[in-house]
Amino acid sequence: MSEYNFAYLDEQTKRMIRRAILKGLAVPGYQVPFASREMPMPYGWGTGGVQVSAATLTPDDTFKVIDQGADDTTNAVSIRKFFENTAGVATTEETDKATVIQTRHRIPEAKLTEDQILVYQVPIPEPLRFLEPRETETRKMHSLEEYGLMHVKLYEDISQHGAISTSYAYPVKVSERYVMDPSPIPKFDNPKLEMDAIQLFGAGREQRIYAVPPHTKVVSLDFEDYPFEATKADHCCDLCGATDSYLDEVITDDAGNRMFVCSDTDYCRSRREAGHVGPMTKENAA
Amino acid sequence: MTPLLQVKDIQKHYGARIGCTDVSFDLYPGEVMGIVGESGSGKSTLLNCLAGHLEPDAGQVVFDTRADGPVDTVTMSEPERRMLSRTDWAFVHQHARDGLRMSVSAGGNIGERLMAVGDRHYGDIRDKAIDWLGRVEISEARVDDRPTAFSGGMQQRLQIARNLVTGPRLVFMDEPTGGLDVSVQARLLDLLRGLVREMGLSAIIVTHDLAVVRLLADRLMVMKDGHVVEAGLTDQVLDDPQHAYTQLLVSSVLQV
Amino acid sequence: MIELNDVSKSFTLHNQGSAVIPVMEGASLKVSAGECVALTGASGAGKSTLMRVIYGNYLAAAGKVLVGGLDVAKAEPREILALRRETLGYVSQFLRVVPRVPTLEVVAEPLLALGHDRQIALGKAAGLLKRLNIPERLWALSPTTFSGGEQQRVNIARGFAHEYPAMLLDEPTASLDAQNRETVLSLIEEAKTRGAAIVGIFHDIEARQRVCDREIDVSGFTPGKAA
Repeated sequence: MSEYNFAYLDEQTKRMIRRAILKGLAVPGYQVPFASREMPMPYGWGTGGVQVSAATLTPDDTFKVIDQGADDTTNAVSIRKFFENTAGVATTEETDKATVIQTRHRIPEAKLTEDQILVYQVPIPEPLRFLEPRETETRKMHSLEEYGLMHVKLYEDISQHGAISTSYAYPVKVSERYVMDPSPIPKFDNPKLEMDAIQLFGAGREQRIYAVPPHTKVVSLDFEDYPFEATKADHCCDLCGATDSYLDEVITDDAGNRMFVCSDTDYCRSRREAGHVGPMTKENAA
Repeated sequence: MTPLLQVKDIQKHYGARIGCTDVSFDLYPGEVMGIVGESGSGKSTLLNCLAGHLEPDAGQVVFDTRADGPVDTVTMSEPERRMLSRTDWAFVHQHARDGLRMSVSAGGNIGERLMAVGDRHYGDIRDKAIDWLGRVEISEARVDDRPTAFSGGMQQRLQIARNLVTGPRLVFMDEPTGGLDVSVQARLLDLLRGLVREMGLSAIIVTHDLAVVRLLADRLMVMKDGHVVEAGLTDQVLDDPQHAYTQLLVSSVLQV
Repeated sequence: MIELNDVSKSFTLHNQGSAVIPVMEGASLKVSAGECVALTGASGAGKSTLMRVIYGNYLAAAGKVLVGGLDVAKAEPREILALRRETLGYVSQFLRVVPRVPTLEVVAEPLLALGHDRQIALGKAAGLLKRLNIPERLWALSPTTFSGGEQQRVNIARGFAHEYPAMLLDEPTASLDAQNRETVLSLIEEAKTRGAAIVGIFHDIEARQRVCDREIDVSGFTPGKAA
């Protein structure tokens, strides 16, 4: 028997996951425990995201997978193929053509719409974990809204580094209630967390699902005198010239030369197709 | 005047063993109550029942809250009790390590309670922390150091600063000078005395050291085997002890 | 101001086979505002004991101990604490202080406890220390290292910092030279003039005769020898 049930998981499992998703959407930012299944990939390789995608996909969906912004890395390719095999859904690399997007550690540059769902892969869902190792205690802190400790971490950053040095997985307060770890996206992406699409977060190893419904208020934690800044490298994309996208730094040789390129490969491609050029493109053309 | 704390018939058993029983007293604003007794007397059990760390088997601990007047903290909801312990109440542990976050800087330790009640200005929080370090005689230069780099006496003073920064009205102390050198104890007791008076604090101090109660406490309760055997003004209980056990305790103190 | 009615006191030494030692019986006396009454009697007759009963330091076994209308024998601890803060001062024979506190603060303590302005309180303390010839260079030091006489003068300064309506003085002129004894007696006279009721123990006959209006022999209260 070589046929898979649609999207690999059995129907009961998908129902269980959907219940968790609905609960997560009803309580934005709250970590819902779920019975994470054994998937055909090890923990730490996106099992949470895959389970959420599997429960969310329908046969009419178009699926996109990115890993740190790129569609063509090993992991993104594997997961895309996985769903092509087990769900038979259409897949794409173009952000605006996708209906469900699974991502590892980035939010696409293109603005997402109300018809789209963004599924994040989450390693450690608990934002307080590094300060308070006890699960019993962090659960209480969330339920009692005791988040002083989160600001202690930011305080320590400023006292040691002169500024809040957290550059990814920057904690946010969702809907003025729960403090959430937005997964290891760069803090540059934090402002995008307020979007029109549905956002679902899956942590397979830790067995938690959480969600942010469309148009939800998401505020990055900060101090009045040290406000949050969505910073990025002081550069433009060397291929397409974009100044508003998050950049990857690529070492080009062992003489110290490097170039900066859009981390979101689809965004870069669409800009280049539209005729935009960057510093390196000119050189290449020359 | 309403008592700040009304303790009524507190009882706590460990199986068939009595932890503490039949304890009742009223504490008024600005009063310091000492509870003395030897190991096993039930004084720590009592303190933990009063402070909400242990649930008593019977009895009430009625605290005069700012918002709602006298409320029995034993039957309070946990969120309310936790909020109380961050604002109006403070607990100074015997071992500073139990009352501090050892991996957070001194400034962060003091600032935590402020941040927990909503302070969001880094500069202000830091200034308050530095001010409090000064009040507990820790050099401002140590504000970013971790408590692991502090001596025992300094850790204890940091714990006190961390507890008092939000201006609590009632402080519970469990052997606050236990394990410290004599000269360090003297300094700490003097500091506590000054702060208690300056801030108009009420305090309940558990100790086995009679010199500490003589110095800090207005009133005294003597415990033995889970019972309060004598209570009254500190100087009266120590100078004119009525109960046999108190007389024994007082006469056992070594003269220097 | 101070009134004792049929007060008795005994000590029960539980650890010595529950031996009961009666020390006082049927003690009655009255001291009005502006009066100074001396307690006399042989050593061990119970003068200090009586004073401590008035202060609430010793528990009376029976009778009424009224100070400013409050029955100390039956009062709540906080009532006695308030009484000692505002109304009843006590200068004992020995200075008992917290280590590390400077002399100036020790003397100002009763005023600070009443909420007086800090600078004013320290000013008054400085004045008293000057009168009692404690050199200014010692004011920042803790009195624990002073001589017996110096400690006693600090003790007295503290006792007179606040203008108590009632005062108990236990050997206030002991270990003092003539000049300082004179100062203390003046302080007592000033207190009387402003209306304080004073009970004192003076072994020094001259001092007693100088400031005291009456004498009460406490041996009259010794059990078995009722007057």
